[in-house]
Amino acid sequence: MSDLKLVRISQSYGPRQIIDDLTFHLQEGQIGCLLGPSGCGKTTVLRCIAGFEPITAGHIEIGGDVVSSPARLTPPEKRQIGMVFQDYALFPHLNVAGNIAFGLGKHDASHKNQRVEELLSLTGLLDSANKFPHQLSGGQQQRVALARALAPKPHMLLMDEPFSNLDVELRERLSVEVRDILKREGMTALIVTHDQNEAFSIADIVGVMHQGAIQQWDTPYNLYHQPANRFVADFIGQGVFLPGMVMNNSMVEIELGVLHGMIPTDCDATGCDQCAHDCYVDVLIRPDDIVHDDESLLMAEVENKAFRGAEFLYTLKLPSGTRALSLVPSHHDHAIGERIGIKLAVDHVVAYRRLS
Amino acid sequence: MPETTLLAAKTPASGVFAFSRPTSWQVIAIMISLLVVIPVVVIFSAWGKSEADILSHMAEFVLPELLSNTFWLLLGVGLGVTFLGVSLAWLTAMCDFPGRSFFSWALLLPLAIPAYVLAFVVIGLLDFTGPLQTALREVFGPLKLPQIRSRGGVILVMSLALYPYVYLIARNAFMTQGRAALEAAQSLGVNRWQGFVRVALPMARPWIAAGVMLALMETLADFGTVAIFNYDTFTTAIYKAWFSLFSLSAASQLASILIVFVLVLVLAEQHSRSNMKYGTVGRSASHRRIVLSRKHGWLASFYTAVVFSIAFLIPMVQLLIWAFNAGATDLDARYWAFVRHSLWLSGLGAFIVTLLALLLGYAGRQQPGHSMLLIQRIATIGYAIPGAVLAVGIFIPVAWLDNQLIDWLKPHGWQGTALLKGTLLVMLLAYAVRFLAVGFGSVDAGLQRITRSIDEAARVMGSHTWSLLSRIHLPMLRASLFTAAALSFVDIMKEMPITLMTRPFGWDTLAVRVFEMTSEGEWERAALPSVAIVLAGLLPVIFLASRGDKQ
Repeated sequence: MSDLKLVRISQSYGPRQIIDDLTFHLQEGQIGCLLGPSGCGKTTVLRCIAGFEPITAGHIEIGGDVVSSPARLTPPEKRQIGMVFQDYALFPHLNVAGNIAFGLGKHDASHKNQRVEELLSLTGLLDSANKFPHQLSGGQQQRVALARALAPKPHMLLMDEPFSNLDVELRERLSVEVRDILKREGMTALIVTHDQNEAFSIADIVGVMHQGAIQQWDTPYNLYHQPANRFVADFIGQGVFLPGMVMNNSMVEIELGVLHGMIPTDCDATGCDQCAHDCYVDVLIRPDDIVHDDESLLMAEVENKAFRGAEFLYTLKLPSGTRALSLVPSHHDHAIGERIGIKLAVDHVVAYRRLS
Repeated sequence: MPETTLLAAKTPASGVFAFSRPTSWQVIAIMISLLVVIPVVVIFSAWGKSEADILSHMAEFVLPELLSNTFWLLLGVGLGVTFLGVSLAWLTAMCDFPGRSFFSWALLLPLAIPAYVLAFVVIGLLDFTGPLQTALREVFGPLKLPQIRSRGGVILVMSLALYPYVYLIARNAFMTQGRAALEAAQSLGVNRWQGFVRVALPMARPWIAAGVMLALMETLADFGTVAIFNYDTFTTAIYKAWFSLFSLSAASQLASILIVFVLVLVLAEQHSRSNMKYGTVGRSASHRRIVLSRKHGWLASFYTAVVFSIAFLIPMVQLLIWAFNAGATDLDARYWAFVRHSLWLSGLGAFIVTLLALLLGYAGRQQPGHSMLLIQRIATIGYAIPGAVLAVGIFIPVAWLDNQLIDWLKPHGWQGTALLKGTLLVMLLAYAVRFLAVGFGSVDAGLQRITRSIDEAARVMGSHTWSLLSRIHLPMLRASLFTAAALSFVDIMKEMPITLMTRPFGWDTLAVRVFEMTSEGEWERAALPSVAIVLAGLLPVIFLASRGDKQ
């Protein structure tokens, strides 16, 4: 196993910059994830690491060896990387065991068989060893692709949208299973996806990408609760921005009350005595930041509601007319148009300078 | 530190049409396309050095007849194949009638009978001395019946032999269109017949047009049929110019006129193919057929049965009877020599075609882009160029090269008059050009099925170049390569003009034997070699039919 280091890499296709000065470090045995909307360049990063694409600046290190730089490019077959493709790319003319054994190279037969056996049991495919790819279900194909990539004991594993061809239910179950397998093998892995649930359930650390750059490289918890910028705040989870005014570096006032806490804002909060009067901000309010409380004097009108099983997601119209979201346990069933009591429960204040 | 390679070698070529140095794959693809380009250029360059007396003779006595013959033939066959192909396709694809499932594949069987075989069987049956007219005379006394050896006769035979081109592609179109659009039309108050004329037919038009163009290309390329009917067209004129007047330049000039016709058809075909993508309206989940009334159902059965009998059943039976009669005397060592030559040449030709198709397809995979698509298109255009044209166009440059080599070798004490001319080279090159499209279509379809991620998956696991080819590509392409070889094998076996005009001394094949016997009116003795050709031709048709059933 090795760690992976990308140092200030860039890549462009003609005049178009695909990757822009991107840096991150994935520790040995860590599962990382690149998360972003389609076209953000995340798959290109993966292909650069695999060696299918050259880079125009910076360098990539796997286990301390430089494998990509503008001057030198180790070919993919020399990198000892495992890769799981979006369409799995199983070899249709080989059975499951044949697919898994493909990368095992010049080992003797008994050693090969033993390794194939190991992976078949690791991925729960012992019964399917002699089946051909077209005889397998989508989830089984996915597992074969994973087993095949792990078989040669690669330095690290890359996965390109590994679950996008599966239905939602299977997707959740498999992502937990895959995380389990990777952790058992102690594998360093980097996954690319556009689905944040998938990213959160499988990864230790997630990089949110936008326009070829990493916006934030952090744990799922921090991405949600302390987004580094407006894009991350918008992209991760649900929520609305409510207008607010900074009072000092630990207080900000919004329509629903005064929030206390460190104000991590690009408003120059350190000397905020001066800016107190003109520093207007947008404060991120997540659905779980507003709690239903029948006692509260603060009232809002239910404008829309979506039943989620355990809870309702209410769209509330505040007295000023702005809208906010609130997650409420589902036994509080209120009709549309009803006015309900709410109160704030904000742990982390996230505020950005108002866009004028 | 793992092994590294210099990045410079890995950067993809920048602009598609940029004047960068071509890669080795582009060079290979261009070389293959030169096999088509050189003969065409050679043929047109013949206008530079014409022999005045032959040319003026041709312009006065030959050309007007050739042009009018070709015009009427194209018109007649065009109408004939359209009517037969579309009506049969519509009936078997969209309607239910007794015998439908049998006829839907049986109507492809005429593809196995080359037009020249159908031609001599039909003449043998319907001529003045044939069994039909003799029988009629015995019953009714002297009769005045239309001559089979006429313009109408050629058109009838060619239409019966070539309608499967339209039938196959139109049936496919009708079936993939589904009934969604047709049902939409019916919900708007249009009856079945109007629905066919106003919706299904216009939607299938690009497919039908492409099929008709293919049939017309075959008509232009045909040599054997028109030779049997003594109906002079450009192909027979080229043959006569070369082998009776010994004027290669006259042959080239005739060939160049023929190529102009062909190019018009090619453009028309490609145009209609480009329109195909507008022709599909959502697939309906189940493909339900129209159930015809009892009377109409039997009428449909009767019509399809008549076409099937005339185009396949009766000729086959007659052919077998003749072959059986002639077998007693003709099934000798000479016959087996014809068979051996045919198999050997077809096998060698099929191998070359498949190899070139694989190279061309692989080049496209390694160096994709607009310029590569263009090169591939040019390289595979040979399917439209008549064999008689290719024979002339390839013989001339090879003979020239031969003379250069001899001149160069003479001072070194070499004595002889031919190095390449007496070999199989000209013939094999002409086969390769003419049938490359057949092989390429199948190989390329196979290559398309190997996704880019399959290659990449193999590469990250350490497989590169040769190991990629032997462990992934060849096993995955096995079926496509086999199809390519089988289809071109059969096509070469049926081929007549190239073999006839460029075979080295002693290399008579089954098709050549058919030509020799038919030119002497010996129908019975032509039947025996024909049976072998038809049997070989049945294989790809059965393959085609079984694939159609799965769809």
